[in-house]
Amino acid sequence: MYTEQMLESMKKVAANREANAALEPRRMTAEEKEALLAKFHPDYKQDEFAILSVGGNKGEKVPTELRALLEAKSRINPADIDLSKADYETDVLIIGGGGAGASAAIEADEAGAKTMIVTKLRIGDANTMMAEGGIQAADKPNDSPAIHYLDAFGGGHFAAKPELLYKLVTEAPEAIQWLNDLGVEFDKMPDGTMVTTHGGGTSRKRMHAAKDYSGAEIMRTLRDEVLNRGIPVIDFTAAVELILDENGNCAGAVLMNMETNELLIAKAKTVILATGGAGRLHYQGFPTSNHYGATADGLVLGYRAGAKLLYADTLQYHPTGAAYPEQIFGALVTEKVRSIGAKLVNSDGEVFMHPLETRDVSAASIIRECQERGKGIETSDGQGIWLDTPMIELKNGEGTIEKRIPAMLRMFGKYGIDIRKEPILIYPTLHYQNGGLDIDADCMTKVENLFAAGEVVGGIHGRNRLMGNSLLDIIVFGRDAGKAAAEKAKSVNVGKLTLAHVDAFAAECEAAGIVGDTVSPKLLPTYTHGNPKFEAK
Amino acid sequence: MENMVNVFLMGKKYEVPSNLTIMGAMEYAGYQLVRGCGCRNGFCGACATIYRIKGESELKACLACQTKVEDNMYVATLPFFPLEKKIYDMEKIKPTEQIMMQLYPEIYSCIGCNACTKACTQGLNVMQYIAYAQRGDYEACAEESFDCVMCGVCSSRCPAGISHPQVALLARRLNGKYLAPKSEHLEDRVREIKNGTFEELLEGLMGKPISEMKELYNNREIEK
Repeated sequence: MYTEQMLESMKKVAANREANAALEPRRMTAEEKEALLAKFHPDYKQDEFAILSVGGNKGEKVPTELRALLEAKSRINPADIDLSKADYETDVLIIGGGGAGASAAIEADEAGAKTMIVTKLRIGDANTMMAEGGIQAADKPNDSPAIHYLDAFGGGHFAAKPELLYKLVTEAPEAIQWLNDLGVEFDKMPDGTMVTTHGGGTSRKRMHAAKDYSGAEIMRTLRDEVLNRGIPVIDFTAAVELILDENGNCAGAVLMNMETNELLIAKAKTVILATGGAGRLHYQGFPTSNHYGATADGLVLGYRAGAKLLYADTLQYHPTGAAYPEQIFGALVTEKVRSIGAKLVNSDGEVFMHPLETRDVSAASIIRECQERGKGIETSDGQGIWLDTPMIELKNGEGTIEKRIPAMLRMFGKYGIDIRKEPILIYPTLHYQNGGLDIDADCMTKVENLFAAGEVVGGIHGRNRLMGNSLLDIIVFGRDAGKAAAEKAKSVNVGKLTLAHVDAFAAECEAAGIVGDTVSPKLLPTYTHGNPKFEAK
Repeated sequence: MENMVNVFLMGKKYEVPSNLTIMGAMEYAGYQLVRGCGCRNGFCGACATIYRIKGESELKACLACQTKVEDNMYVATLPFFPLEKKIYDMEKIKPTEQIMMQLYPEIYSCIGCNACTKACTQGLNVMQYIAYAQRGDYEACAEESFDCVMCGVCSSRCPAGISHPQVALLARRLNGKYLAPKSEHLEDRVREIKNGTFEELLEGLMGKPISEMKELYNNREIEK
């Protein structure tokens, strides 16, 4: 499977394996990290960002691709929409069927609210399903929520909103317990002790996992619970605008059937945006580990309705996306591979960094190794660095890989690469939206009765997120948003519905001189894989 | 020029580069996928696909995002399959043998043809995990079925009408909730947090100036 050139380099990796496995590489100092990030992390490339000229964050910078969508035209003409007849009426409307949306639905239903989910694909088609490595919670005796707080706060460059991070770490153990009680299978020792490992930037081993199907195991269980509760799930139906009432409170959404394009009206007392991330916008041309539907829809919907963004200029590039073979270019290679013993090795077989630095630092370090030091390995899509997977079994014994990371074994096995015997090639891949909608401690955005949870939110993690804190945040804040939205719904009287904010936003764009035919939300990406018939368009 | 192959998408012929996955080939041909495409990474089961290489008798199943095209491949996607999902209350059901009999009695009609196992896109021993479920051995069923992505191909091939992925999901939930050992340290920690054990410590941290937080972070002890 590997090319001649790769095989040559691989010999050096094999020759050094034993020595490299025994090595305990030094961690970088704070100053070294800062200098590295400034020079090599994609977030620091100023010409890849643009300044917003309209809306609540006017004057702030966001990725160029995101700005185009935030300042694009609506998919609807409000004048064509009859808001007097609702196709759906509910207490709590949840937009998005991933982990946050499903958790919110279960809690809102539990609180007695009439709840429904709309999702543009199927429930469970979400980044949650693809989370591999694990979920953090400080539940071991040598750990505490305070240590978890410090790890996450520092790892996020001291930018997290303290009140949100406080909730994340203090509600983490209960989130694990809640999942366990729903029947999620965590990796445990025979006596019930959770098997926990390190992630990049953790100071205690608090990564809980379900092999390397952690997100899938959580998502399929949550989905089953939503269905058992009889919560309506309207699939293949996207929200294309939020609806406000005459008092400026959020009161529903205009929906679009993805297959028939039929428009529908959902009226609600409270709305939760749980639309996820943005990897499919392929910022700076990066491949992505994200789900097909990760197109920043929630940011667009919320922004047009008056919600504010926080840290929308910071993205996470996962250090280890698959760099080879090309069929899985950009696919996630879980950090757990490093948690259980594999190290990053360059073309000369040298370990060039500690394998568990935070993700932003690791990604920048890999980019430096390729771009500046010329120690990357050529691939059909660019360059890659070795992730020396055979080291795992050298350290932990035969069978470890099949037991702990079966999905990785399978993913590469399909292309004739046995990761137990051969190292794999990786390069950073667009993985996570660190920023998003600004919320308060009750998960409410700046728009009354509009809540948000999951990857669409910004501020929980600051400017970089630790492994396992996102799978955690979708549960913690999904549940909290569900409870808060259900509680708030009890006292809401919905006024006359309006889409005036859509017209007002369009007028603001026009006044700012924005031209172009782009419409948003984007909903789905388009791929043509170099077909000359389509590439010209 | 790239190496091209002929594929037949729903019977219609397209010429596509040989390095593409089936999903990539559909997009290359001009499909804008809505159904039959999810995580694009082998975890969600949205892109279940059945194919046959022209001239061969064997019908194969795969995930379109995880499988390379081959010359003369006849492809049919299976974007939805009507699995039977029973409704149950996890708080009320118990991990007894009877529960499968009540909820999914069709598993006892298995004729042992093994078509499910042969069709599994994840290479799982599906018939074996159904056998474990029949016996009420939910721990074994959970372990054997763990990597299931619920694409439904197994069920599409089953003469007994079994919804294997749903049976396995129930077994895993029963195992996770009732059979797997309890984690005492988890229960202790939840109790401590409810009692406010860490409140003061956390509030102290939240009130510190950033310079002091940097100091603490950069000098924190890291467990080996």
